[in-house]
Amino acid sequence: MTLGRIQVPPAARAGEVVEIRLLIQHPMEPGFRRDANGRLIPMNVVNAVACRYGGREVFRAELGPGVAANPYFAFWVRAEASGEVSAEWLDDAGVRGAVQAQLVVS
Amino acid sequence: MAGRRGRARRRAGAAGRFVTRLLGVLALISAAAAFGQAAVRPDPLQPGTAFQSADVRALQADDFANPGMLWVARGAEFWAARPAGGGKACAGCHGEPAAMRGVATRYPRHDPELRRVTDLSGRIDACNRRHQGGEGYPPESQALLSLAALVSHQSRGMPVAVDVSGPANAAFREGQALYRTRIGQLNLACTHCHDANWGRTLLAEPISQGHPTGWPAYRLEWQSLGSLQRRLRACFFGVRAEQPAYGSEDLVGLELYLAWRAQGLAVEAPGVRR
Amino acid sequence: MKRRGFLRAAGAAAAAASLPASGQALLPRHDIAALVAEITGGAVPERGGVTVELPSLAENGNFVPLRIRVASPMTAEDHVTALHVLSERNPRPRIATFRLGPPSGRAEVATRVRLAVAQKVTVLAALSGGRFRVGEAEVFVTSAACIDEGA
Repeated sequence: MTLGRIQVPPAARAGEVVEIRLLIQHPMEPGFRRDANGRLIPMNVVNAVACRYGGREVFRAELGPGVAANPYFAFWVRAEASGEVSAEWLDDAGVRGAVQAQLVVS
Repeated sequence: MAGRRGRARRRAGAAGRFVTRLLGVLALISAAAAFGQAAVRPDPLQPGTAFQSADVRALQADDFANPGMLWVARGAEFWAARPAGGGKACAGCHGEPAAMRGVATRYPRHDPELRRVTDLSGRIDACNRRHQGGEGYPPESQALLSLAALVSHQSRGMPVAVDVSGPANAAFREGQALYRTRIGQLNLACTHCHDANWGRTLLAEPISQGHPTGWPAYRLEWQSLGSLQRRLRACFFGVRAEQPAYGSEDLVGLELYLAWRAQGLAVEAPGVRR
Repeated sequence: MKRRGFLRAAGAAAAAASLPASGQALLPRHDIAALVAEITGGAVPERGGVTVELPSLAENGNFVPLRIRVASPMTAEDHVTALHVLSERNPRPRIATFRLGPPSGRAEVATRVRLAVAQKVTVLAALSGGRFRVGEAEVFVTSAACIDEGA
């Protein structure tokens, strides 16, 4: 499992648009770097990220090696009811990661 | 320097004698300057962040977006987990990571069990071998970097305060000597950049004072968190010198000297550097 | 003096060594207009309304902060459905695609991208109703002075 962190605001009012931040630990190996012995390191990047809230997908990203290592995303969501904000991702090697946080909405 | 003066002496004529005297004076000045400046710490003492861009400073200050914090988070997982050797988890002896507050400010230090000076990573490796039934951690391995990041982070904001007296003194003096020794194809000593020229630019990048307080750090160039020893090895590479091995006395002595030189500056771990 | 000249040359050699093996001049220059047309199905995107925030000078091409803002009410009737981030000089022209919708509340995404060399970054916004908007920004990329692949 790849490590990740998600940040939601400590509290939100219903209808307020709030920022969600996501940080994933991943080298995003681009496929043209060489190791100490000169061998090509194969490409392995997080290619898909999806974030769900309130039972729906609220953010999706399709990524390639043009995204920096340890990918970071900040995006916005309209707060409706208190609930879980969850993010999942998958890399080229098939390794998944997931992280969640509770969004408290008053 | 003696060689330069000797060659100059062989030049004929008054111009030659003038050049001889000029070279002699210049050699003395540069020697005195190098030696004189190496004997005192930089003034004012400025942390590495002072020589980074505003973007990098902001990233370091952002506890969420700072990529080094991923290693701190990973470190907390390693801290709590039973190691492969079947021994206790770090938490089993040390309690919560917060119990490590202040520890990083005292490293490198002379370790009575190991009977040599070691840096924090070396101590973590030794702990795994002696107390956790493990085989230690390879340099720059995910586990070692994560644990070092976690432990160092507990001292963030606290001033570095290493002890260079007693059994640590020999390593300290060796580190100080290495700091002033010219090395590599470029024939430069640490002092030439980090004492005599900090604040000036080298290929459009500002030269820092060379303090260790920002480490371990997420280095943008590495696209990963890395240790101070990795950064020092990169410096050796930068002057085209042979790189000392990870964990070598050369590197540990240098780390100790740098920590002494930086005393009073705050631990920043995890830092962010370009 | 000989030493200074040598140091300057050594520095220049070190800087040159930092270029990718293919060399800057050999990196492809993608036809972004054609790629945009491929994504829009031939429709011509409107200019304006898409803000692409990038530093004008990126210290390290491996880590360039990018923020995209599109002026949009993000209602069911009028919202951004996708943001396509395109590079004219990276080995691959597509950097990322972000999918948004009315639950987003705001058409704004920030991330960090890799940029091989100085170039123009284009963001194509796909809107509900089959419309498209486009914005772009130029970035100059420098690389680290001390190259330490040996480390």
